[in-house]
Formats: sequence, C-alpha cells, structure tokens
Amino acid sequence: MYLNTMLLLAAVLFCIGVYGVLARRNGVLVLMSIELILNAVNINLVAFGAFHATVVGQIFALFVITVAAAEVGIGLAIVLLLYRNRRSINLDQVDLMRG
Amino acid sequence: MIAEHVAFGIIAAVMVAAASRVVTTRDIMHAALYLVIVLAGVAALFLLVGAEFTGITQVLIYIGAVIVLFLFGIMLTRSDFGDNEDTDYKRKFPALLTAALLLAVMVVALVDRFGTEKLPDDLSPQTTAQVSDELFSQFIVPFEAVSVLLLAALIGAIVVARREEGG
Repeated sequence: MYLNTMLLLAAVLFCIGVYGVLARRNGVLVLMSIELILNAVNINLVAFGAFHATVVGQIFALFVITVAAAEVGIGLAIVLLLYRNRRSINLDQVDLMRG
Repeated sequence: MIAEHVAFGIIAAVMVAAASRVVTTRDIMHAALYLVIVLAGVAALFLLVGAEFTGITQVLIYIGAVIVLFLFGIMLTRSDFGDNEDTDYKRKFPALLTAALLLAVMVVALVDRFGTEKLPDDLSPQTTAQVSDELFSQFIVPFEAVSVLLLAALIGAIVVARREEGG
C-alpha cells in the first residue's frame, strides 16, 4: 500500500473540515468540523508511524486525541454559555469583539 | 495484500461520503451520527496499519465520550440554526474555494514528495506494550503535562458552564 493513499485521504478529510468551519455557523457543528480536522492529523501521524516502523506516531496521535477531548469539553461549555445568554448558537451573532 | 487495498478503498469511500454529509446536512443530529461513521472509519484505518492501541482508544474516547458530549450539547441547545439559503450562498462559495485551493496545494505537495513511497509490506501490529514502554520512558513529561491539561480543562468546563449563583 502506498503511503500517499493514507496521506491523500487525510488531506481530503482535512479540507472537508476546513469547509465546515468556514461555511457553517452552528457552534456545535463548527466544533464537529474541528474534530474532522484533528482526525485527519491523527491519520497522518499514525501513517507516518507505520511508515517509519515506530510507535512514536501512535503516541503523538494519543496526545492529539487527549487535547481534542479537552477542547471539546471547553468548546461545548462555551457554546452552552452562549446559548444560555443569547438563546441562539448562531456564530454570526457573536460579534461582541468585532472591531 | 489485495484484501488490504479493498478494505482501505471501502473505508476511505465511506469516510469521505460521511464527512461531506457532516458539513452539509441541515439536521445537526444527523451530522453527529455521520461523524460517528467518520470516527469509526478512522479507527478502522488505525487497525489496518497495525496501530491497535490508538485504534481502540479512538473508539473509546471519540465514539464513546466525545460523541456523547456532542449529543448532550445538541440537545441542550436545540434552537434555530439561522440557516437561510440566500445568506448561506454568500459564504459557501468562498469556503468551498478556500477548501479546494488548500486541497490542491496539499495534493501537489504530497504527490511531489511521497509519490512512490510505500508502507512496509508486513504491517505487523505495534503492540500496546511497545506503546506503553515508549510513553512511560521517553514521553513521560508530555504525558504528565497532558494530564494536568485535562484536569485544567475539566475544572475550566465546570466553571464556564456553571450557573452563576445569585448573579
């Protein structure tokens, strides 16, 4: 199997995630798109780990998974707070800090 | 060898289809369920290249915990999505353009650099014992740092989401 098949699949997933972050305005959906991006990164890390026959790729992927879990926890707490204050999680309406 | 290719092809096709549904579907509950398919596909890929511990962790953490968090988030914030065909179109085109350009750049770079590199023929599993040996010797400091980060995130999430008592 070519290394590139994995890397190209990860690139496609990454770009789908980027599209989701840019195009959608539901706060929860943006967080889901970020998960897509982080998973694409994990695929790359594990693929390179297999390519070089080392477990370091796996360990990096594990760290990314941990940080992603923390990010989702905080992100959803923020979205929840947003909803409680504004009755909406439409990110277009969150423009308090717009210059 | 051929079975590996077929398995990869099926997983990849399902993942890309599900991922595009995640970012395009109107119903956010469906998006969460499509996300499960993508995450399961990633876990299957990990197992395919012999990363057993990461594959299992992916299932436990993502499908077990993160998706449940998302479902809670969706149920607690059910509201209008603000979806509207006219204004949506204005942002969808630039987003699509950005993603397509990014993809083009990445594909060119990857094909140029890794066009003929092959994964080793025998993808023998990297065992959990190997992962733990490496994690608890060379990577012990980052490991501890990440546990502190998780604790901080836990406390932070509680503080942020907690209802203020009496204003």
